[in-house]
Amino acid sequence: MTKLIFERSQAGRRGLEVPRPGLPVPELPDELARRQPPRLPELAEPEVLRHFTELSTRNFGVDTGFYPLGSCTMKYNPRVNERLAALPGFRDLHPLADEETVQGALELEWRLGEILREVTGLAAVSLQPAAGSQGELTGLLLLRAYFDERGEGEQRRRIVIPDSAHGTNPASVTMAGYELTPVRTDARGNIDLDDLRPKVDEHTAGLMLTNPSTLGLFDENIEAIRDVFHGAGALMYYDGANLNAVCGISRPGDMGFDVVHINLHKTFSQPHGGGGPGGGPIVVRETLAPYLPVPIVVRDGDRFRLDYDRPKSIGKVRGFTGPFGVFVRSYAFMRSWGPRLREMSEVAVLNANYLLALLGDAYDLPFERLCMHEFVLGARTLKRDYGISALDVAKRLMDFGFHPPTIYFPLIVPEALMIEPTETEAKETLDAFVEAMLAILREAREDPELIRAAPHGRPVERLDEVRAAKQPVVRYGFDHEDVAPAGEPTPLEAPQGA
Amino acid sequence: MSYTSLTDADREEMLAAIGVDSIEELFRDIPPGVRFDRDLDVPPALAEAELTRELERLAAKNELPDVSFLGAGIYDHYVPAVVDAVLQRGEFLTAYTPYQPELSQGVLQAIFEYQTAICELTGLDVSNASGYDGATVAADACFVAKQATGRTKVLVAEATNPQVRQVVKTYARGFGLEVVEIPHDGGTTDPDRVRAAARDAAAVLFQQPNFFGCLEPAPDLAAAANDADALALAHVDLVSLGVLEAPGNYGCALAVGEGQSAGNWMSYGGPHYGFLAARGEYIRRLPGRIVGETADAAGKRGYVLTLQTREQHIRREKATSNITTNQTLLALAGLVHLSLLGPQGLRETGETCMALAQYAKERLTARGLELVFPEKTTFKEFAVRVGRNAADAIRAARAQGIHPGYALGRNYTGLDDALLVAVTERRTPDEIDRLAKVLAP
Repeated sequence: MTKLIFERSQAGRRGLEVPRPGLPVPELPDELARRQPPRLPELAEPEVLRHFTELSTRNFGVDTGFYPLGSCTMKYNPRVNERLAALPGFRDLHPLADEETVQGALELEWRLGEILREVTGLAAVSLQPAAGSQGELTGLLLLRAYFDERGEGEQRRRIVIPDSAHGTNPASVTMAGYELTPVRTDARGNIDLDDLRPKVDEHTAGLMLTNPSTLGLFDENIEAIRDVFHGAGALMYYDGANLNAVCGISRPGDMGFDVVHINLHKTFSQPHGGGGPGGGPIVVRETLAPYLPVPIVVRDGDRFRLDYDRPKSIGKVRGFTGPFGVFVRSYAFMRSWGPRLREMSEVAVLNANYLLALLGDAYDLPFERLCMHEFVLGARTLKRDYGISALDVAKRLMDFGFHPPTIYFPLIVPEALMIEPTETEAKETLDAFVEAMLAILREAREDPELIRAAPHGRPVERLDEVRAAKQPVVRYGFDHEDVAPAGEPTPLEAPQGA
Repeated sequence: MSYTSLTDADREEMLAAIGVDSIEELFRDIPPGVRFDRDLDVPPALAEAELTRELERLAAKNELPDVSFLGAGIYDHYVPAVVDAVLQRGEFLTAYTPYQPELSQGVLQAIFEYQTAICELTGLDVSNASGYDGATVAADACFVAKQATGRTKVLVAEATNPQVRQVVKTYARGFGLEVVEIPHDGGTTDPDRVRAAARDAAAVLFQQPNFFGCLEPAPDLAAAANDADALALAHVDLVSLGVLEAPGNYGCALAVGEGQSAGNWMSYGGPHYGFLAARGEYIRRLPGRIVGETADAAGKRGYVLTLQTREQHIRREKATSNITTNQTLLALAGLVHLSLLGPQGLRETGETCMALAQYAKERLTARGLELVFPEKTTFKEFAVRVGRNAADAIRAARAQGIHPGYALGRNYTGLDDALLVAVTERRTPDEIDRLAKVLAP
């Protein structure tokens, strides 16, 4: 068991000296001054570094091995991008410095925006949203502003979302003050047009769609879907979570979408950081441009400036122009690929189809089609015949040295395993993963207990998540047990990933 | 550059295994009408050495001042080298959300430690694993207050960071919240004004120290909110919490803030992290990830994402928030920095900021400049009148290598001649002398 850093603390130690200029320290009014010091850890610098190094050895990243977490696009994060983001001219730049002094930063943001416009086939960009889900909220607020100005704001209250969608989509609908209209998926994995048509009318504000979908399938009826929405005067929002499948191959703007968010941490390789940061720029059709958040980066000849004078803007969704360090990394990644971004998507799709071809017969395959950059298998048969669930398969994969795929998502596939290899992986890695997946099938027949007890030899065995929720301990208690109010346990088959 | 491994032979073999003749055929489900039939019109691909030159060109186009007193929400605090060393560990850098705890104990434990540190600093019971920045967590807190009280109005002190106020207003539209601003009286917020306005409010949001650098009568503001059964929300600076009282200890229900001051480079505005802490009773209303302690089958202590039934992947349209990707790596940086400082280092950082800021006030007033709010106690930032348009003063100072501060006239009427000066522990008395000479020659 690794100690908490608070358990390594010894009174009187410290890791960092602070400048003491020898000036008098002003008194604070009693009622505003700190009475009890915060119990931060007290350690010398070497022990701090060792503590976090030890923690890092108990973690698995793309650098460690294959990480086919579906819909998360866990691709290689080039180290040169880290070095570039740390250039003092970027790292030490204050976001409120005068525009004349930040011309390099503004030029980078403008150039990044130009590439995003080309990749999406849309007209105007805001880099401000901090992540995909914030891009969603921003996009929906743009729809509200657009319909308000047309006098249809009160009337158009509904957003259509397929049942395969990420949970962020319906959550964003609520946050934007809209109401949800779910639509079914048909037998080929497309939106069910018969279910859709009667649901779209003058009360519909728009559609939110991931294409290719979370099933890894390109919606073959996208043109008909576009006609349904645009025909009803509604707009279309593209969730760019799966853009890694279609760069240079098909553009959301050409599919008919009016707003797109791009997950810079997925397609454009910002490292995922153990949960973040991300970047969620949005690109929109010209008609929606007036409502974009402020400021917008504008080019005037060879100068760049921030345009705040946008009276129809929805305002701001985050501080400043957005997470600039993310922009540096993603811009560097795009410049490394150049027009060959198409090849990036081709290899991602080739890798996924190769895995699908070798695994599609072994596990349940909900849709008999070629896939795009990811695909979904089911472990329902395995569970029925041997009592081995998708969760068990995931845990056993760790013993073979792999991070598991996303499981129990999308919700419409029972015992789902959602596999996204990305363009990063070598054929040998894919072959080894296939062998592991097939070995698990054999083990299910011969030694199911081995799988149910997996993973083996990790720092911890399977953890009691029910206890974590029923008696939540969410901070170190120092000298006493510290339990917060109980919550609901996570359902056993809750999505893990995506 | 080569970020892929497939050889031509690999491709042939793989296509054969799939049963197609070409990569093109893999895209047959895409209707011809929506296929992109030309090359992307983007700049040519660069080799790593060329890429480095291009990005160095852009970085060099930015002009860094010799000395900066610019703050206004993002501060030039020192970032220790150990922070960078930890953040470049690939196991942290290139992992994602710890859905699989057996492969993620490192980041899960780190988040648990971060939550503990945030609770200690704010004097509150629970913390989430981070929000996007100091502005969005303020909006998140307003939503918690709306759900907890059933009321649909929030009061926001005008002396709160303008970016925070703008983001709260943008989110409020979606949340169905009305935002009412409480004007400041001479640099701070009057508790009586708050008390009168808070009667039907879900929350009162104020900043401590506020945007002008002044210390608000925070306990009285919290009391005014609590008297009206509104939630008191404090927007605080982590670096101040070694010397300033924790918001949980003077009646705040939630505390939020921009974490950049602890462990993050300024980086032209991000990525940074927003922290959000609350009293225990609000734990099930919090947005974002929360890590909890539990045990494995053998009784060994371990950490998991917990209380996930609040979250979008389970609760969907009924979730407390849509947040998924957060700012874990930046929050980890904050934890490392705070661990290096310890309680003593954090207090000394605050004291050094205060001592240097006081010295700066004295130097500037000695040369004839006037403080905008001379009666108020400040922490590391203060407002001073520079005798002309502050934007002009900034331009003139910049020519001498100094960025002297932030022009308050950008956000407040009647303060066109006011400059907001930030003094962190990285500044020196000599640099302050230089500032004084530049602003008041």
